[in-house]
Order: sequence, then structure tokens, then C-alpha cells
Amino acid sequence: MSDKQEVTKREETQLAPAMLPAVDIVEDETGISLTADLPGVPKEKLSVRMDGQNLLVEGEVVLDTPEGMEATYAEIRSPHYRRSFSLSRDLDPSKIDASYKDGVMRLRIPKAEHAQPRKITVQVT
Amino acid sequence: MYESLLRFPTDLFSEFERMQREMDRLFGTWSLPTSIRAVARGAFPAVNIGTGPKSVEVYAFAPGIDPAKLEVSVDRGLLTISGERPSELPEESDKVSVYADERFAGSFKRVVSLPEDVDPAGIEARYRDGVLRVSIPRRESALPKRIEVK
Repeated sequence: MSDKQEVTKREETQLAPAMLPAVDIVEDETGISLTADLPGVPKEKLSVRMDGQNLLVEGEVVLDTPEGMEATYAEIRSPHYRRSFSLSRDLDPSKIDASYKDGVMRLRIPKAEHAQPRKITVQVT
Repeated sequence: MYESLLRFPTDLFSEFERMQREMDRLFGTWSLPTSIRAVARGAFPAVNIGTGPKSVEVYAFAPGIDPAKLEVSVDRGLLTISGERPSELPEESDKVSVYADERFAGSFKRVVSLPEDVDPAGIEARYRDGVLRVSIPRRESALPKRIEVK
């Protein structure tokens, strides 16, 4: 194998194709709720982490396939999901709450205390 | 290697297109014919079909559904998967903003035509991690057999 081929191969592994999971994102007064569809990902293959200011969601699809099975038709063509979101500074990444059930992940990212809405009284002097 | 020089990461859509092409190439599925009952890309639930020596397996990627509300039926060689996924989005108001609404909501139905040699009586369906797996055994007579040379 020539050098060029090796380099190309390495790049391919780094850029392993991944699907973007479908998400719903809703903001209310106290924080942001993020719901993502990750069908086929067992809980132990799901990873949610902060990378600097970015929230990175990754998952690996694990399907039970009988021996000798060949794909005859495929709409899901990658075993990986990956998506990242940049969080603004008014959110508190240390207090993210996550749950996962039946291929649906739910995250709650609360707003930092100082960013919660407050009413400012206008003082009349 | 040279490809990376030509890629502009700012163009998300072309990046996605490229990834899709790359995926097709890597998994070698691009030459597979599409089913006549296939619906446009992005349909819910996405379906993968595999054929093994003993069974045909249909995987429907339908996350967040109560398995009791999934309907699976076989009629004259057609497998139908239907159900409903209610919307979970709250009403938008001056205090609530919806930024992304990509997840499917509503009722759905997918139809898959099964090969001739399957036995619909032995059909089995399981739901795990948001994937419905329907296994349809192949008929005894269709199983590969070793023929002894006398």
C-alpha cells in the first residue's frame, strides 16, 4: 500500500460517516429542553459530553442480526449518530439532567442562576 | 486526501450530501434497487431489511413509542407497520420558544413487500431501544439444504 493510500484511509476513519439525529429544542424561562431520536442505540452506547462550550451527543447503533444476514434494503446506512450544539453562556452545563428511554434522549439544560429572568423594579427617586 | 482541500466546512448542506454519498460508497448499498413502496428519504419510521438463510428481518426505527400501540400485520405478502407518535411540543408563547421541531409527530404507516418464500405464521415482533424488529421465518423448503452425493 502506498503512502498516499494510507493517508486517505486514516482520513476516512476520522470522518466516519454519522447521521444527524432529529431533535426538538424548546426554551422556557428556566432552561432549554432538548429531545433527540436515537433509535437502535442502547443506553450504554450513548454518550453526552461537554467539549468546551459545545454539547456533543454521540450514539452507536447496535442491532441484533442473525448470522449470515445480508442487507437487502437500507434507509439507515450508518451505525453512528453524532450532533453537537454550542451552548451560550447563560446556560449551566454542570446541571444538565439526562434521561433515555426507547431510543429517545431527553436533556434539560437549566439556565445559570444569574441568567434567570428577574423583575427589575424601577425606583423613583 | 485531495478531497479535503476542496471541502468547505461552512457549507453544511453540501457537506451532508457528500457524507451521504460517502456512506453509500462505504456501505456499498447505492446499487440496491429501491422498493416501489419506499417513501421519500426522511420518512418515519426508517426501515432496513435484511435477508438471512433462515429468516427475513425488518427493522423499523421508531423511537419513543408505546409498543402496545404499534400495529404489525401481514396480508398477502405485505407487511404493514403502523402507529402514532403524539407531538410533545408545548404551545409557543411569549415565555416558550420552539427552536427545532424535527422529530416526527403524527400517525405513520410503512408497507414492505415480503419475499415469496416466507412463512407469515411464524412472524415475531420485538421492540427494543426504539427499534421494532420483525422476524419472518423462511419456509422449510426454502432453507438451504446439503445434498449428499452417493
